[in-house]
Amino acid sequence: MTEAIIVDSVTKEFRLRHARSLKDLAVRTLRRQSLAERFNALDNVSLTVQQGEAIALMGLNGSGKSTLLKMISGVMRPDSGSVRVRGRIAGLIDVGAGLHPELTGRENIFLNGAILGMGEAEIRRKFDAIVDFSGVERFLDGQVKFYSSGMFMRLAFSIAAHTEPDVFLIDEVLAVGDPPFRRKCQDRIRELRREGRTMVIVAHDIKMLTELCDRGVMMRGGQVAFDGDVKVAGDMWREDRRARRRGEPAAGRAGEPVGPRG
Amino acid sequence: MTQAAPLPPLLEPDASGGLREVFRRRYLLRLLVRRELRARYKSSMLGLGWSYVRPAVYFCVYFFIVGYVLGAGRKLEDFAVYLFSGMVLVNLFNEILHSATRSVTGHAALVRKIFLPREMFPVASVLVSLVHFVPGLVILMVAAVPAGWRPDPAALAGAVAGFAIVVLLGLGAGLLLAAGNVFLRDLEQAVDVTSAVIMWSAPVIYPWTFMRDGAPGWVLDLYLINPLVTAVSLFQRAFWQPGVEDAYTFPPDLALRTVGSLAFAVMVLAIGQQVFAAAQRRFGQEL
Repeated sequence: MTEAIIVDSVTKEFRLRHARSLKDLAVRTLRRQSLAERFNALDNVSLTVQQGEAIALMGLNGSGKSTLLKMISGVMRPDSGSVRVRGRIAGLIDVGAGLHPELTGRENIFLNGAILGMGEAEIRRKFDAIVDFSGVERFLDGQVKFYSSGMFMRLAFSIAAHTEPDVFLIDEVLAVGDPPFRRKCQDRIRELRREGRTMVIVAHDIKMLTELCDRGVMMRGGQVAFDGDVKVAGDMWREDRRARRRGEPAAGRAGEPVGPRG
Repeated sequence: MTQAAPLPPLLEPDASGGLREVFRRRYLLRLLVRRELRARYKSSMLGLGWSYVRPAVYFCVYFFIVGYVLGAGRKLEDFAVYLFSGMVLVNLFNEILHSATRSVTGHAALVRKIFLPREMFPVASVLVSLVHFVPGLVILMVAAVPAGWRPDPAALAGAVAGFAIVVLLGLGAGLLLAAGNVFLRDLEQAVDVTSAVIMWSAPVIYPWTFMRDGAPGWVLDLYLINPLVTAVSLFQRAFWQPGVEDAYTFPPDLALRTVGSLAFAVMVLAIGQQVFAAAQRRFGQEL
C-alpha cells in the first residue's frame, strides 16, 4: 500500500496573547501578570494514512483534532516534526468561508471552485451538478447575502463536495442543513469513498463516523490516545464525554490552557 | 480510479506557494480581482464609473485651489496637466500600499481555513489598484491633448519605466506591509497617515525646482534619491512637457536615476517576497 498522509512527530504550541496594545502591555508588565499563555495543541503526534483509507478523528473539544486537520491542509505549520501529503488536498472545512456575500450564487460557484483548486473548464463541467445538488437554482443569480442560512451552507457544501481532491478533509460540516440534505451529504461522501479517495473526517456524530470509517483515531490532550478499530475509538469518546459531564477531568484532557510554561 | 496515473509525490501541504504559484493559478487571480471590483461597486448605479469621478474631482479641486487661488498656474504653464501627470502615479502608489496592507487581514477567514498561495491576496489587490489607475491615465491623456500634447516614443518609454518603478516598488512594499499588518494592525493607520507625506515627497503639486532653489544641498540630494521623484518626472516628461513652450529642466541624470530606481524597486520586491514567504508560515495561527 502507499501512504497518502504522513504526520511525523508533530508538535504545535499556541500562545494566547493577553495584550496587544501598548497600554495593556504596560499595565500587565507592571502588575507582573503573564503576557501570554502557552499550551500544546499537539504533542508529538504521528499518524500515517494509507491511500484510499477513511479515518475518523475523534476527541472532545480542544483535544487537538481540528489543529491536526489544519496541519494536514497546510493552513498551519508544525513547530517541529513534519507533515507530508500526496496529491491535491481539499476540505469541507468551514465551507462558507470562501463564499462572498455580495456576489451571486453563480459567481460564487466559480470563485469558490477556483479557491478550492478547480480550473475554469472543470468548474463549467461540474456547474450543473453543483447547482443540482445544492437545490438553489431559483436563486442562482441573486446575491448570496439574501440566501437563507440553509441555502448558503448547501451551496457552499455542494461546491466543496464536487472538488476531486486526492485527500479529502472533512470537519464538522455534516451537520449542515435539514435531514434530507444531510442524508444527501453522507451519500456523497460514501460515493467519494467508493472512488478510492483518502479521507480524514472530524465529527461529533459518533454513530455516523463508525458507519463511514473503518479506522478511528482518538485524541486526548493533543496526543493520539488510540488508533485502530473505529468502534473502540467511539467507545473511548463516549467514555470521555461521560467523564467530562460528571465534571471529572478526563485523562490527559487538554486544549484548555495549562498555564504558562517555559 | 486514481491507480492508473502515476502517483503524485509526498509533499508538505504548503509546499506550493510564492509569486510564481500565483501566476500559475491565473484563473483564481482573475476571479479574485473581479470579485474585488464587483463587490466594491455592487448596488451602485455608477459602478466602475466612480473610479473616473474620484480622480476627476480631486483634479478639479487641486486645479482651482492650487492652480488659481494659490497662483501656481501663473508660474507653471498648463499647471493642471503638470499636476495630474504626477498625481495619477502617486495615487496609484498610495492605493497599492493602502489596499495591499489590508489584503491578507481582509481575507482572514480564507487564510485560516483553506491553503492558498498567500501572495495571491497582495497581488490581487495590486491588480485592482491598476484597474483604478486606468481611468486617471485616460483623463490625463484626454486633458493633455488640448494643451498641445503629442505622444513621443522615447518619452513614452520613459513613462513605462516610471510606471514599472511604481508598480514594482508598490508590490514589494505591499508584500512587506501585508505581512506586517497580520502581526501589528497599527500598520493600516500608519500607511494612511503616510500617504499625504508621500504625495508631498514628490514634485506633484510643486515643481522640483522649488526644492533645488530653496533647500540645502544635502536635502536636495536626499530628495532626488526618492524613486517616486524619478517616476513622477518621467511621467511629466511624457505627458506634460511635450505640450509646453517654456523651458523646463528635469532633475539631472534622469536616465541614470531611472535605472537606479528600477534596480532599487526590484530589490525591494525581492526582499518583500522573501519576508512575506517567511512570515506567511505563521498567518494561519496569527489571524
